[in-house]
Amino acid sequence: MSGASLERARPPQAVYYYGTCLMDLFFPQAGLSGIRLLQREGLRVIFPRGQTCCGQPAFNSGYQEEARAVARAQIALFPEPYPIVVPSGSCAAMMKRHYPHLFEGDPLRKEAEAFAARIFELTQFLNDVLRVRLTDRGEKIRVAFHSSCHALREMGIAEEPRALLGQLANVDLVSLARGRECCGFGGTFAVRHPEISAAMVEDKAGDVVATGAEVLLSGDGGCLLNIGGRLEAERAPVRAQHLAEFLWERTRER
Amino acid sequence: MSAESASPDFRAAASEALRNEQLRANFRRAMDGLIAKRAAMFADPEEWRDLRTLGASIRARSLARLPELLEELEANCERNGIRVHWAETTKEANAIVLKILKEHGATRVMKGKSMVSEEMHLNDFLEKHGIESLESDLGEYIIQLDGETPSHIIMPAIHKNRRQIARLFGRKIREAKYTEDVDELTGIARRVLRRKFFEAEAGISGVNFAVAETGTLCLVENEGNGRMSTHVPPVHIALMGIEKVVERLEDVPPLYSLLTRSATGQAISTYFNMITGPRGPGEKDGPAEVFLVILDNGRSRIYADRELSATLRCIRCGACMNHCPVYTRVGGHAYEAVYPGPIGKILIPQTEGVGRRHDLVEASSLCGACVEVCPVEIPIAELLVRLRKEAVEAGPDSSVRGAGEGRHALEDLAWAVWKAAHRHPALYRFLGRAATRLSRFLPSGLPVLSAWTSARTAPRPARRTLHELVDEEGVDDA
Repeated sequence: MSGASLERARPPQAVYYYGTCLMDLFFPQAGLSGIRLLQREGLRVIFPRGQTCCGQPAFNSGYQEEARAVARAQIALFPEPYPIVVPSGSCAAMMKRHYPHLFEGDPLRKEAEAFAARIFELTQFLNDVLRVRLTDRGEKIRVAFHSSCHALREMGIAEEPRALLGQLANVDLVSLARGRECCGFGGTFAVRHPEISAAMVEDKAGDVVATGAEVLLSGDGGCLLNIGGRLEAERAPVRAQHLAEFLWERTRER
Repeated sequence: MSAESASPDFRAAASEALRNEQLRANFRRAMDGLIAKRAAMFADPEEWRDLRTLGASIRARSLARLPELLEELEANCERNGIRVHWAETTKEANAIVLKILKEHGATRVMKGKSMVSEEMHLNDFLEKHGIESLESDLGEYIIQLDGETPSHIIMPAIHKNRRQIARLFGRKIREAKYTEDVDELTGIARRVLRRKFFEAEAGISGVNFAVAETGTLCLVENEGNGRMSTHVPPVHIALMGIEKVVERLEDVPPLYSLLTRSATGQAISTYFNMITGPRGPGEKDGPAEVFLVILDNGRSRIYADRELSATLRCIRCGACMNHCPVYTRVGGHAYEAVYPGPIGKILIPQTEGVGRRHDLVEASSLCGACVEVCPVEIPIAELLVRLRKEAVEAGPDSSVRGAGEGRHALEDLAWAVWKAAHRHPALYRFLGRAATRLSRFLPSGLPVLSAWTSARTAPRPARRTLHELVDEEGVDDA
């Protein structure tokens, strides 16, 4: 994703929102916060009700036929040429990077490619396309941010979440010791290899606690379930929260 | 790799490794150090990007012409006086090596580091035939003393710390006094090996790059043992996989630079050997005879698949394992494979079968840390997903070994249910609502859930789904 092409793009009047299955069930308030952040910028946000899951769990498990069937149903729900904003780097990467591959040799290939080209991760859209200006209305707080591997390596999102948090005057953003290391979620990996996954998340939670942050933020529901669940099991004095919800809570007018 | 014994069990081995705190500490410390050293070597992102693109294209170009280049290499090696042998299997390769050694009456062999010889289990094989085969790379020497296999392709004894090596030397080397000083330990090994170099009737080495246009075998090393193994004994046998060939001499410097910087964070290795034949008339050193054994061992099968053939670009730098969060925690032995870590996860299932080694194909969170550092741009995560597909679904023209053999009825059923639930929005919404209302009645003993809750609290669905919230808020539907 080149910055130049984003800069030239005029912000659209309407966007689609893809809530993702994890947000739907576990972090609906964060999903809604993402919608409000977009609406506040004067955009019409459309949430097609038929949406379910991007198909990544089946795709990553080798069940491509099943993944394709579900992906096909998603693509059909977004007919207008609006950008599609996703509050998850991992689901965004699935749709942007892997849909074209998934539909190789399929009549839907071209449509899948056009669909993929319209995918934006939420922080990328807020920061790079809309160039939002945020005003912090919260108390002083120390936070740590964990980037999902797919946001970082498949979507190339490194600076966007930090740039958004950097606009919040009372937020002290601290770095994690091994900031680029996977938290051990990996979708079905966490249950296929529970012991290795546990070793990874124990280390990650330890790194989080060591920062002295009150809140661990991430742009991905999977990492939040994983690290947050571990922090809770340890009774660590850190709560896990989705970045969208944090941004909305800190900046909304009361 | 040819052993078809009981299926290896990564899960059990990894589980044991995770409980070994000393082992975990050794790996974490070593990998953290290697990550930092490599990062310092590629501090300029543009230079890294350019060099890596060049490296990947050299390897891709060489593979595109692999059959012709191998023939060219053979012709030029023969012209240089290097006798070339071809082996399809490790069994054939072992037989070739044994025949050469017997013809020269060799009973003592010195070995430089070679991963292909590990594929062949050459030391064991030679020992069974009454030939002493001694590893001369310090790391390989250490693990051979302890009856182990390498836990890392570049640093085979990386799982051991200084104290463990000190105790091993004290126990196994009679003439050594006990010391924990690294220089003294190295000195002890050097004295033993030096004597052996002069006694050996043959030396065996690997090959890092084989140059087709000149018939040159390149060997990268830091200790000088590679040069000693290939120059002191009267016979030198070099072992290489078919993928090691490059087209031109000028292809070597970029790959060499990528290799040492990626592997150990060195700008250049201490030794770089270019072997272009046996000792010539009037020359004072070098072996009287040089042989090259070129091994397939499943590689041409990998080569047959356009996507998976990227596996063969590998230059064996080990950066993928150094950066792997799984490898860092379980170490190399847990993989029960000659090649551990991310490269092993894509290579071994292809040579041993994706069903047999489904344990490895699954053992990744697909975080992509390996992909990011691979100096020849092997899309390891994508290839893992591809192999997962091959494991559960044998395509009509699949050339992947064991395709379809990783399939389980229970998992098929799970994904069929998943598909139904996510293809029908009404069903999906019903299940979502049910989960938010009923999750607290979920039995905690479910296998999937207990795997999760071993280290975390159970995930709790919200009181209402996002679908319900957007309905309430009146967010546009379409």
